[in-house]
Amino acid sequence: MNGIPLTHILFVSTALFFIGMYGFFTRRNMITILMSVELILNSVNINFVAFNTYLYPQNLDGIFFTIFIVTIAASEAAVAIAIIINLYRSLHSVDVDETGELKF
Amino acid sequence: MNSSLYISLIPLLPLVTFVLLGLFGRKYFNSISGIIATFSLGFSCLLSISIAYQYFFHSERVNGVLQQIIPVKFTWLQFSPGLSIDMGIVLDPLSAMMLVVITFISLMVHIFSLGYMKGEARFATYYAFLSLFTFSMLGLVMSTNIFQMYMFWELVGVSSFLLIGYYFEKPSAVAAAKKAFIVTRFADLGFLIGILILSFHAQTLDFQTLITRLTDPQSAQYLSITAGSLLGVSMLTWGLVLVFIGGAGKSAMFPLHIWLPDAMEGPTPVSALIHAATMVVAGVYLVARLFPIFVFDSAALTVVTYVGAFSALLAAIIACTQTDIKRVLAYSTMSQIGFMMFALGVSGHGGEEGLGYMASMFHLFTHAFFKSLLFLGAGAVIHLVHSNEMIDMGGLRKHMPITHITFLIACLAISGIPPFAGFFSKEEILTAAFHANKVVFFIALFTSGLTAFYMFRLYFSIFWRGEVHLHGEHHGEGTLSMKIPLIILGVLALIAGFVPFSQLITSDGIALETHVDLLFSLTPVAMAVIGILIAIRLYKTENNRSDGVASAFGGFYHASYKKFYVDEVYLFITKKIIFNFIGRPVAWFDKNIIDELMNQSAAITAAVSENIKGLQSGKVQGYAMYFFWGILGLSALFIYLFN
Repeated sequence: MNGIPLTHILFVSTALFFIGMYGFFTRRNMITILMSVELILNSVNINFVAFNTYLYPQNLDGIFFTIFIVTIAASEAAVAIAIIINLYRSLHSVDVDETGELKF
Repeated sequence: MNSSLYISLIPLLPLVTFVLLGLFGRKYFNSISGIIATFSLGFSCLLSISIAYQYFFHSERVNGVLQQIIPVKFTWLQFSPGLSIDMGIVLDPLSAMMLVVITFISLMVHIFSLGYMKGEARFATYYAFLSLFTFSMLGLVMSTNIFQMYMFWELVGVSSFLLIGYYFEKPSAVAAAKKAFIVTRFADLGFLIGILILSFHAQTLDFQTLITRLTDPQSAQYLSITAGSLLGVSMLTWGLVLVFIGGAGKSAMFPLHIWLPDAMEGPTPVSALIHAATMVVAGVYLVARLFPIFVFDSAALTVVTYVGAFSALLAAIIACTQTDIKRVLAYSTMSQIGFMMFALGVSGHGGEEGLGYMASMFHLFTHAFFKSLLFLGAGAVIHLVHSNEMIDMGGLRKHMPITHITFLIACLAISGIPPFAGFFSKEEILTAAFHANKVVFFIALFTSGLTAFYMFRLYFSIFWRGEVHLHGEHHGEGTLSMKIPLIILGVLALIAGFVPFSQLITSDGIALETHVDLLFSLTPVAMAVIGILIAIRLYKTENNRSDGVASAFGGFYHASYKKFYVDEVYLFITKKIIFNFIGRPVAWFDKNIIDELMNQSAAITAAVSENIKGLQSGKVQGYAMYFFWGILGLSALFIYLFN
């Protein structure tokens, strides 16, 4: 583990973040958007863990945060999927552009 | 007896009637609204008469002078410790006399209208307006200060406007109402500026204080107002002349008289009340109220004299050629008010000098009776023949005997034949003019001859000449409610001259001894008789002598028929000069500069929003994109700044 410098890990997390960002902007499928959001969250998780391990190995704060985020992301995913399923039931589509019903 | 309560009731009763009828009349008691208004006003009239009686005969005189009483007074608007507008009621010989005249004539008109306006859809509205008018006119004459008077003055103008435009389906009535309102409003501008000048220098609005301060040559206020001058004329003269312009507008003095003949578009009883007996004498009343100040300024008084005399003559000449009977009466009113005005103008203050003042008020008093009688009589005639034109009338004496007799009395009264009311008051006016100003005296003498001529021209054209063909069924002379006021007013036109007026109302309050000088009376009466004889010769029977006389006068007759083109001059000035040189440029500026400024700013806003509205797509991903680029930009900025 000591062989891998911090910058490598940060590079991975940044790449993951922008992949998630790209997916979030370009996809119209709600499930894919949800997945992109998960990617963004996980890139942050990687950062937390990496900084914690490399900079303050005696503390556990970063790891705790990661666990929190994972938990909340799981519940959030459950809620989001529930919404998506309901939308699919009423609209027969999971395309975000079709869900303009509540505008205005 | 709590007299202040009773006095307040006089104007308040018509006000209550107005509110009641105005709000609920048409819906709930349209048919009985006339009765309600008449009873309320009858009560008010009784109160006025009893209060005037008490005041004149049972109140205390100090050195033979009736004291001014202010039974009600309260501060209405307090602007600053020194400046407030009060409301109050003043009782002095002048206002007591006006109270009686207004409530009495108004009552007669109310009763007459019961028959005349019967069956009108807006019967209650009519009575509501009449009550509003009566209220404002009473408020006007009972004002304790000049600003209160100004407010009621405007209220009177509004109610006159409403009543002239009562038949608002007729375009001519609408035009007449607008004309009356605009012309008098224009004159009121002068009145307002006059008030501002006088009260600015006198530092008060109250009549009593105003008069005391501006008639004392030692007072600081008097020195201040005479010291200031504009165009070589002192501020006192300016103030008084401007106030007089306001009065001239309401009283239809030349050149502001153009609204009065058109105002005849209103219902005839309204003309009797407003445009003959009460409102049009408001200008005379105003000058009389401020008379002690006017006397101090001979320039202003000269203006009053000549405007009055010229209006009297001009109106009498026009009245000789008009064919609409109400217009003849309108011009006759203007002529008689001219008499009152110049009588004030030639008067001095106090003692024998004050004869003109007393004569003017006396004429106001008697004129109110016989002129409203003439108008009501004309109303009865119009009611029968459904036309205002002389050509449609003739021989009506057989159809309407009561109207005929009362109309004749009024004609004799206005012509100044003894012993009718007009004789006494006109006699005093002529005497006053004779002693003060010979030019005015001869104008007045000639005018009184003309008056007799045109009144009898009117009388013979209606009641004698030819035979009218009343086609179909007609309702005879009219209901009882139309005859009673005619009879009452006829009696009064006969006897009002015997009221010992000089004992009651004089310029300084001290009773004046007047005597009818038979030798002096000979000339005016002879003039009147000549006028009548000419009228008999020309108009009593059907003949073409009058056409011969008319063609002998040629262009002069035509000019008089066209009312000396005063209306045309006004139209020329307004339409050709004011519209083209002031109205059009202002309209251009408004349209092209002001409006364009607004339009341009609106257009810019619209163009900008058109271009940026695409940004607000409603798509969350799009927003997230802006957010992302924003963060990116900010990050770049911070990195650049802190690195």
